[in-house]
Amino acid sequence: MLATSTARTLARRRVKSFIMIALTYVAALIATLPLLLILWHLAAQGASSVNWNFFTKMPAPAGEAGGGMANAIVGTGMLVLIASAIGLPIGVGAGLFLAEQRGAKLATAIRFLSDVLNGLPSIVMGIFAWQLLVRPFKHFSALAGGIALGAMMIPLVTRTTEEMIRLVPVSMREAALALGYTKWRTSLSVVLRTALPGIVTGALVAVARIAGETAPLIFTALGNQFWSVSPTQPIAALPMQIYTYALAPYDDWHAQAWAGALVLIGLVLIISLIARYVTRSRFGLGGD
Amino acid sequence: MGDRAYRWITTGFALVIPVLLGLIAISVFSAGWPALHKFGLGFFTSSDWDPVNEKFGAAPAIFGTIVSSAIALIIATPLAIGVAVFLSEFAPRWVRQPIAFLVDLLAAIPSVVYGLWGILVLVPFLRTYVMPFFKETLHLGDTPLFAGAAYGPSMLAAGSILAIMVLPFISAVTREVLLAVPRSQREAALALGATRWEMIWDAVLPYARSGIIGGVILGLGRALGETMAVTMVIGNRHEISASLFAPGYTMASQIANEFSEATTDLHVSSLMAVGAGLFVITVIVNVIARWLVWRMGRNQVA
Repeated sequence: MLATSTARTLARRRVKSFIMIALTYVAALIATLPLLLILWHLAAQGASSVNWNFFTKMPAPAGEAGGGMANAIVGTGMLVLIASAIGLPIGVGAGLFLAEQRGAKLATAIRFLSDVLNGLPSIVMGIFAWQLLVRPFKHFSALAGGIALGAMMIPLVTRTTEEMIRLVPVSMREAALALGYTKWRTSLSVVLRTALPGIVTGALVAVARIAGETAPLIFTALGNQFWSVSPTQPIAALPMQIYTYALAPYDDWHAQAWAGALVLIGLVLIISLIARYVTRSRFGLGGD
Repeated sequence: MGDRAYRWITTGFALVIPVLLGLIAISVFSAGWPALHKFGLGFFTSSDWDPVNEKFGAAPAIFGTIVSSAIALIIATPLAIGVAVFLSEFAPRWVRQPIAFLVDLLAAIPSVVYGLWGILVLVPFLRTYVMPFFKETLHLGDTPLFAGAAYGPSMLAAGSILAIMVLPFISAVTREVLLAVPRSQREAALALGATRWEMIWDAVLPYARSGIIGGVILGLGRALGETMAVTMVIGNRHEISASLFAPGYTMASQIANEFSEATTDLHVSSLMAVGAGLFVITVIVNVIARWLVWRMGRNQVA
């Protein structure tokens, strides 16, 4: 009697276990479905408009088919350059500090604040740059946009730099010190250099993330229908252009938006893949 | 000599982070100050939004922010935990890598691309299939939750797109936390005769609970501040409605949507005051999340 009822519960428990485990498989399937759908729609709707003109021509006026996003592609490049010029040195410097002062109270506090900074919505970064860099000068500029994006890069680069430097074996640091290197030369030419491939990966991931940001640019770079590479003027950007085109009621513009999104995703994907490659061939690229 | 200079320089770079946070706080609050000063704390409870008569209140945007984030978490949390459990416990090795890569990739897609897909694919899909299903097939059209005309851009659309966007964050943190659960915990459960699911449910998940909650709250932080995708699919209307099919606003989408049209100083300042509110909320949410994840014994996730 007891035996049969335990056997029955055991069977029931096994069935339940089987069903629940199957459900986790279903969850994985559902979670990857949107990504596949998005990629498929991008390819299906965007591929036909991605051609030579898209990269070399200026945007066509409303109602006119064709045209390209040459100015927006160059603009995004400019913004990424400005952002990297700010975000990379500060992020790497701060990461070095955090890794080398591990236990210090100041380091713990800064690590925490860096996480908080990383969690701030990008639109708040836009308001910050607008209030400090657009409002006082009374006009929008590429520089303000680049600084907003650069501020977003700082916590990302700081964290990966710290993690990568922590992975460098202490014995390497000790060996350099034993050979008579000063502390700062040890840090820069032995530790930082060993950690470089990992830091490059982190930097690329950060670039991939900010290159697609739109919200901060509404307040800063503004977008531009014309050709401009001046840091003090409003500048076009790929994500801004996609936003404008997606909300317009014209089919031609929707096609351009899909094409722009496909190019943007392609850019992000290529950067991510390079990042993976760099990590894998750690010591191959660690040289000069 | 060189050592001291080196130390000063790296300390200087590190100090940029607190200074930057301080500057952000100051600039957001000073931009919103005229509105906060004029309307006081009532700004956050009033539903007015009348640029002509210069009366502003953020209640509908706050309401929309909470509702859309709640929808997102309700959809994404079970899925994300399911994915994390699948990847860390059950997945055969040959699918683990590709699935983990695809889920990570979800986090890399720019917000504006989600918005584009949302407005041109997801919204029409909701309008044609999902909304009629609730209204006609299930006859729920008269209940407040599903009432009103179903145009497409809606709270439901915003919540759905947010769910897709926060899922990778929650599942990444959950995976990390599950990896931190000691093997002995699993072996002990199996030794006591637990099935594989009972091992997860009774031994692994409770052990990881605070870390998982931290991950969910981290996802909440993302959802609260997400701007472009939401702006493009939520319909942008300053109104509190119980219906999931009604258009609405979130704090971030109201700022993004109205910034370029705001002409008076007070209107602009009111948008910035909404931004100040968003700043405070996301800082609080992030601090709680970090604390919970940190308590799990690891401080470097997601």
